[in-house]
Order: sequence, then C-alpha cells, then structure tokens
Amino acid sequence: MAVIQTSNKACTVNPLKMSQPIGGALAFMGIKDSMPLFHGSQGCTSFGLVLFVRHFKEAIPLQTTAMSEVATVLGGYENVEQAIVNISNKQRARLIGICSTGVTETKGDDVDSYIKLVRQQHPELDGISLVYVSTPDFKDSFQDGWEKTVVKIIETLVKAPEPDVVRDPKKLVVLPGCHYTPGDLDELRDIIEGFGFEALFLPDLAASLDGHIPDDFTPTTLGGISLEDIAGLGNASHAIALSPHMLPAAQALEKKAGVPFKLFERMIGLLPTDAFIKHLMEISGRDVPVKFKRQRSQLVDAMLDGHFHTGGKKIAVGLEPDFLMDLSSFLVDMGCHISVAVSTNAQPVLEKVPTESVLIGDLEDLERMAPGCDLLITHAHGRQASERLHIPLYRMFLPIFDRLGAGHITTVGYRGARDRIFEIANTFIANSHVAKPDTWYPHPGEETAHGVHSTAH
Amino acid sequence: MSSVSATIQNVFNEPACPKNAAKSEKERKKGCTKQLQPGGAAGGCAFDGAKIALQPITDVAHLVHGPIACEGNSWDNRGAYSSGSTLYRTGFTTDINETDVVFGGEKRLYKAIKEIIEKYNPPSVFVYQTCVPAMIGDDIDAVCKAATKKFGTPIVPVNSPGFVGPKNLGNKLAGEALLAHVIGTEEPDYTTPYDVNIIGEYNLAGEMWQVEPLLKEIGFRILSCISGDAKYHEVARAHRARATMMVCSKAMINITRKLEDLYGIPYFEGSFYGIGDMSDSIRQLAQLCIDRGAPPEFMDRAEAVIAREEKLAWDEIMSYLPRLKGKKVLLITGGVKSWSVVAALQEVGMEIVGTSVKKSTKEDKERIKELMGEDAHAFDDMSPREMYKMLRDAKADIMLSGGRSQFIALKANMPWLDINQERHHAYSGYKGMVDLVKEIDKALYNPIWNQVRTIAPWSNPADSWQAKADAEAAREAAELAADPAKAEAKRRARKICNCKTIDLGTIEDAILASTLTTVEQVVETTHAGSGCTGCRGKIGDILADLAAKAGGPVVELTPEEAEARRRSKKICNCKEVTLGTIEDVVRAERLTTVAEVTAATDAGSGCTGCCEDIEEILDAIVAPAEELTAIAAE
Repeated sequence: MAVIQTSNKACTVNPLKMSQPIGGALAFMGIKDSMPLFHGSQGCTSFGLVLFVRHFKEAIPLQTTAMSEVATVLGGYENVEQAIVNISNKQRARLIGICSTGVTETKGDDVDSYIKLVRQQHPELDGISLVYVSTPDFKDSFQDGWEKTVVKIIETLVKAPEPDVVRDPKKLVVLPGCHYTPGDLDELRDIIEGFGFEALFLPDLAASLDGHIPDDFTPTTLGGISLEDIAGLGNASHAIALSPHMLPAAQALEKKAGVPFKLFERMIGLLPTDAFIKHLMEISGRDVPVKFKRQRSQLVDAMLDGHFHTGGKKIAVGLEPDFLMDLSSFLVDMGCHISVAVSTNAQPVLEKVPTESVLIGDLEDLERMAPGCDLLITHAHGRQASERLHIPLYRMFLPIFDRLGAGHITTVGYRGARDRIFEIANTFIANSHVAKPDTWYPHPGEETAHGVHSTAH
Repeated sequence: MSSVSATIQNVFNEPACPKNAAKSEKERKKGCTKQLQPGGAAGGCAFDGAKIALQPITDVAHLVHGPIACEGNSWDNRGAYSSGSTLYRTGFTTDINETDVVFGGEKRLYKAIKEIIEKYNPPSVFVYQTCVPAMIGDDIDAVCKAATKKFGTPIVPVNSPGFVGPKNLGNKLAGEALLAHVIGTEEPDYTTPYDVNIIGEYNLAGEMWQVEPLLKEIGFRILSCISGDAKYHEVARAHRARATMMVCSKAMINITRKLEDLYGIPYFEGSFYGIGDMSDSIRQLAQLCIDRGAPPEFMDRAEAVIAREEKLAWDEIMSYLPRLKGKKVLLITGGVKSWSVVAALQEVGMEIVGTSVKKSTKEDKERIKELMGEDAHAFDDMSPREMYKMLRDAKADIMLSGGRSQFIALKANMPWLDINQERHHAYSGYKGMVDLVKEIDKALYNPIWNQVRTIAPWSNPADSWQAKADAEAAREAAELAADPAKAEAKRRARKICNCKTIDLGTIEDAILASTLTTVEQVVETTHAGSGCTGCRGKIGDILADLAAKAGGPVVELTPEEAEARRRSKKICNCKEVTLGTIEDVVRAERLTTVAEVTAATDAGSGCTGCCEDIEEILDAIVAPAEELTAIAAE
C-alpha cells in the first residue's frame, strides 16, 4: 500500500495538475448540443479552451461569463443571465453547463440562486437545460471537476422513472472516468455491443471529440449523448462505472432511478479486461464474440513478447489519481517498477498504486526523483524533464499538444492493452542502451598493459 | 575442377577437425556437409555463412554481387557491434538485372567497386559471389584482381555462392578468403610476446567488450579478432600473433589451423561463456604466450585478474541466492550457452531438472556437446505434446531455451527465458554471466506469468490444451497396457543380427536352452554376430537382461541410470552411434526414414547391419504419434 505524501513546497514548478473547471467543461463536452460556460474571468475560459484545442485539434465549445473587476466585486448575476440568454439565442445550445471558477467562488456568487432567478425572469428559456457545478480552481483537480459534473448532470437531467417501470434489458449505462479517450469509449462500445447491449455513455466524448468532420458548422458540441437519452437513462437495466471517481455518479443514478451498477476500478490489462468481459457475459447471458477471444489471445502474446523489454524497468509516472492507479498497476503487471509516482490530489485510491509512496506534487518533483528511471509517463509537459534527464517520455492523459491522435490513444480492452504494451516496449527498444567498448569495464587498464609491453621488450 | 570446388574440397579436408580425422579417405571426400533435404531444410546458405563470418570487419565495404534478394532482403540484420566505423552496416549490392544475367555482370561489379572506392574510400572491399553470377560465369576473382591493380585498394573476392552448401560451409569459405587474400599481407608496426588472435568471436551485442578489457588489463594485445569489431589492417596482420584462441566453434577452424601450419601460431579452443570457461580460456591463452617466450610471471597477472573478477562475479551472483535457491530449471537447448550457465545456476542454488545436463564437469559438457551438437535445437523441435509432458513431469519453475518463445511459454505455463538471444543480450565473460543470472531472475519473477496462465472468462478448464494432452497421454499408456501378448511378440521379433537374420526370440531361446553365458557362446550357437560383428554389443545386453530376469546378479538401477544405460546402447557399431543419439535426432528433425537417420548420424553407413534397428527406433517414435493423430482425427 502506497503512502500518500504531500509536497511541502510553497512554489509549484512545472505543474502536473489542471484545474477542476476544465474537468467539468470536458464532461459537458460529451453531451450533444451543449455549451460549457465558465463563470469567471475571460482568461479562465481561454486557457482551458487553448488546452483542449491543442490536445484534440478541434474547435472547442467553451464560453465565459467574462467577469470584469467591477462585476466580480458587485456579484455576477447579470453576467450569468446575459451569458445564458446569449448562448441560448446565438448558439442554440440546449444545455448550458456552468462551472464556477476561483474568482467567482472567492467572491461567493450563489449561482444556484442566480439560475432560479434566471428561470423566473426568462420563461422563454424553459426549454434550455441548465446545470451548475461548483468547481473552485483552488480546490481539487481535473478529475474531481469531471466527477462532480457527471453527478450533477445525473441529479439534474435524469428523470426518475415511474415506480412500475419496465426496465429495458438491453439498455446499459456507462459512466466513464475523465481519462478515457474517445478511442477508449469506441473500444468499450464495440465490446459492450458485442453482447447485444445498447451502450449509453455519460458523458460520451467519442461522439463529440473523436475528430470527425461535421456536416455543418455547430457552435455547440458536435455530438455526444443527447438530452433525451440522458433523461431516459432511468429505465436502464444496468450501469457500469469505470474508475473509482465515478462511484458517486453511479450512486446518484441508483438513488435517483434505481439502476443497479457495478464499479470497475481497473480497466487496463488482461485480468481487468477479463473481469469486465465476465460481467458482460453474466448480465447478458451471452457467449463471447469470437473476435474478443482472438483479441485476448493477441494480448497474451503481446505480454509474452513484451515482458522481455518491460521486465525490471523503472518508471516515473505523473497522472491524475485514478489513471495513475490503473496504469501503474498495468505496468507492474508487466514487470515494471513504479519508482516515482506523482499525482494531483490526495485521493484514497492512491493508496492502491503499487509503489511505496505517491507524492502529491508537480513535474519538478517528478524530474527530481526520476533520474535512474527508464521511462517517464505523464502528459506532454513532461517533455522538458525528458530532455534534461535523457529519459524517454511516453505521453498519456492530457494535454498532449505535441503529438497527433491523442484522442485515439486506447488503453482499454484487449486491443488497447496490447497496443500499449507494444508502444511502451518499443519505446524501451528504441532507447535501449547499445553496448559500447567501455560498457562493462569503463577505462580498462591501458597503462598497465603498456607497462608490461615495455618490460617485455 | 573450378576454383570454388577446389576450395570446398580443401575445406572438407580439415585435419584439425576430430570428426573429419575419424573418417575414411573415401568419406572424407564426400565432405562433411550432409545433403540438404528439399522441403526439410532450414538455415542459411553458404553466402549467408560467409557474410556472417566477415561482416563484423567494420571498416570494410561488403559488396554483394548478385540480384537484390541476397543483400536487399538481409542487410543490416546482424547484431555485431563496432567501436568505430559503421561502414560494415551499409548495404552494398550490384543488384544485377536481366541484362546482366544475359551479358554478364562483371562490368557492373567493376563499376560498383569503383563507386564504393570513390565515395567511401575503405581500406578494402570484400566482394561476395552469389548463385546467379556464379551460374552465368562471372569471374569475380578476375574482377577483384583487376580492380585491386587499378585502384590500389585490396579487393577481396569471397567465393561462396549460396548453392554450394549450408551456412557452416560458408563460414569456412570466408576463412579461406581471408587466408588467401588478407592475412599476411601487412606487417604490424611492432610485435610483443603478448600478441594474440581471437578467432570465431563476432562481438554480437558487444560480447567481446565483456572480455577484451580484461585481456588488455592482463597485458595481452589482441592483434586481431576475427572478425568481431575487427579492422581490415588488423586482420591482415593476424599472422604475427604468438597464440590463437579459437572461440568455441568449429566455424573458423580452417583459419586457426592454417595459421599454425603456415606461421607456427599455436592455438587452443576455448569459450568465454561461463565463469569457469572464461578463466580457463584466459589461463590457456596466457600459457601459450609463456610457452612462446613471455615471462612466466605473466601467469600471475592473469591469475590476479581472474581471482578478482571471479570473486566479483560470484559475489554478485550470490546476491540472487535468496531469490533463486531451490528453483527448478529446465534447460532445453543445445545452444552454446546451455552448459556454460549450469555452474552459475547451481551456485545460486537452482536445481537443473529435465535435461541431460546434470553436472558441470568437463566430461559432461563434452557429452552434451557431442549429444546435441554446436547449434542443435534438439528439444526445440519436440512435438508440443512431448514438450508439455516433459515440462509437466519436471515441475520446473523456469525454462531456459532458445526460440519458439510464446508457444512454449504458453503451453508450458511457466516462465521462460531465451538464453540464446545473444543478438540482443551479451552474456560473455564474468559480467555476462552475472547479467544472465539477472535476466533469469527477472523472467522468473515477472508477474505476467500468473496472468497469462489464467483461463479466459469463457473457457472451460477441461477444454484446455493441457487437459487434452493429459488425456491423450493416458490413452496411449492404456493402449500399450491392453495387449501384452502383442507387445511380447513384437519384442521377440526384433532382429538382432542382420547379417544372419536372427531375431531376439531365437537368441533368447538359445541362451535359455543351452544356458549360454558369454557372447562368444551365443555367436557360436546361433551364428548371430558372426558376420559384421556389429550386433555383439546387443547380444551382451540380452545376456545381461536374461541373467537379471533369472535372478542372477541384479544391479539396482535408478530410473535415470536405466534410461542412461538404455540410451547408451550402441546401435551402430561401425560408426559408434548410440540409441540416444538416434532417438534425439529422429525426434528433433522429425525423421521418418532410415536414409535420413544415416545422413544425420552416420549410423548405418558402415556395414548397414543396424538399418533394421534404426527402422525399429523410427517405428517406436513415429508410429505412436501417427496412431494418435489417427485417433484424434476420428
């Protein structure tokens, strides 16, 4: 069990962490016709926007209440009202997802009351869904913003079913954590549909940020789960929560609509995927499609091929808590050692990271502890440490702004694990230390050798 | 006789090869390469062998004269490392086309040499002949001679087209090329009594660098290493060394022996694999230098380094003792390293199970070498079912083998390490052995094994491959047990003496009827063994068996001893080939005919008296397998 340690530095250097509101905004981006709205100053939004644009290489819907200094002091009701009205009218959003920021939380804006007031003042906006999440920048991190937002969406938008509801046996709700890429969701959908289910992902980034070419210009999200589908989630037969931070969302759905759920803390690797498939077999009563049998076999083969290269490797990982736990466990399953683990927020899940201690810290901490490691795994900001330490960087999570295809990096399912093993092993192969004449015996006794020669002559 | 075939003949007539020396004049002429079997041949051709042997010479441009296949499909796929030039890794080929085939490729070859010299200016260009230009009659010797004269750079023809034979022959032809065109063409600036050659070491994965620094520290000067990390000028001066070490391989025995014949350089055969062998090799090399004039104190220097390095290595290896002690290892390969690692494994408390390597005495090593050959993969080619049975019975914790990774690991359900992966890992000398133990530890404790052993969520354990194999084995045993009369009849019908066509039953009856006790008596009574006398050993065995049955002096044998005795039975007296040897070859190479066995082992090539015995051995191995296949098909 890992000990969670907190850095006592006053100054964070090269941050690993990203703020809560952008985690919340990303969750809203997995809903169709939605517009995330930051209640804060323009900059709060713009930084988040740029981060997502650079990562996904897509147009990102994200609006701001554009709080000025005066508005901040006097309270932001007008800004919230205007933003809602404008977004409704101009961008035709059907859902406006409002995340608070550091500025407005510090001021203490009561956005829940603002919304009530807006509802009273603007009956013409009754058709527009409004969801507000409190996500102060100065507390928690990206993963928490996502978690709180999904809970709030369920609480606000899912309709409680009638007591005598006939549940749809084919309807399965999937609540994915914040680190699953559109590629992951596509893979999961493929697996779940293989068992005859209709998979409803909340949020569904695969439909919005998978990098497809839209038919038309849309200022809101390009796709995602529809509001109708969200409202109707209550009659589903099963729910699956992926990652510990989705437990509250699953509990919220159970509380509101009585949908039973199963939580999968780990999703990466052979045994986690086996467990996932087994659950689907049980709840569907169906046999496994042949393609998954083949994929499992491929993964086992990849493990056998890969373990030569991954075995004994020392890795420094910096990620959000749940992803850190899952990915680290997967790497340890492949024979790696997690020598350095840095995360963003002291969640209990970090105790399950297979290493001695997890530091709540930044990339400077990671860089300081990483010498001697064979690989760094974190987001693209790890590249500076990688250059300085001459240790390769394997980019995971977000942002990945200096590589293409970040949205399609797939870690889940047999295929995802297979491909990760190949890529990580290839990174080791590409960076393997080629033997040199002095690899085993640095600076052999050249002089003594000459000494012998001279005496012999 | 063309020059290539003359060279090949010359190579075959290798007096330093004990195998060759044991042959008759007539057989020697037939050569030591067995005829390749269409549809059943594996491994590279003579060109491949020549290229492998010479390419580690790093500053030479290696130009392949032939169609694109010969170089285009194979270039830069060798793990020989260089401390300097990387020219050896550049792929040069004449890539001859249809027009060249019709009109001859010599001009293109000449131009290619010219271009290389203009662009790269190497100390030498090695020109490799391949099948197609050999067929159309391109005279590379003449082109090389002309180019040497014209450009003033030594251009070396390597006449080893693929079709003349296997890889092994190519190694030797490469050696001939060096002897004919390179070695002895230059003189070193100075010589010392410590100048040595290392021959047959290719510096794969940098293995030479696990050895060379120590040799230098002791005071040796490696005048020439053929061919690992070598430079042209070094090879050209090899004839001035005081001693040669031939690295554990017959591949370049011709160079070694001719250096002795032509230049009086004594040699020994040694190995850098394994701590004991490494130390022995250093001592022998030092002794040869001392014999040729180096001061006797030189040995003290060698011993000091040996003592220090052995201690360091053992200390490090012993640190693995707590983790490795008591673990059972299955050694499944005839690769060079198998027996070298035994001592190290035993030292950390690992138990070697399930292979013929039980002790690490020199005799044992010799025996394994004899049994499995230099690069035999006897057990690698076992049928999966046999392999599984062996692994299951051995209850090993880890298997060390070469090749066929996933398959074996999966079927065997056990950790596995490819110890023949010398292209990727250097396991030479003291540090290499420590690295190997480290790798074994890593493989043994890798957590993937528990995962890959888990049964898929949808699988029934009874359907597993292992369960099926167990069921098959049980069925086979039941079949044999079911019909003892048939088994006995078959046993008695076995022909013992081929010359006089006398079967086992007849001899047994004679012995029992006339209470015969010696082989001579049996020969006299039954005439078995009166022809070629090849079966007299077997008659001795029959006498012993019957005596044992009759309650005579019974010697209690452990199952292993019994098996060893059974295997050591000589089948072919002319060529001294044992049952074990034949069984192994039949299994390994999946032989089905006596002719194949004779080709592979020489058994039956003398008086041919044992051909029927070989047939029976084949039946015993091949028939059950076929029956089972038939049963399975039903």
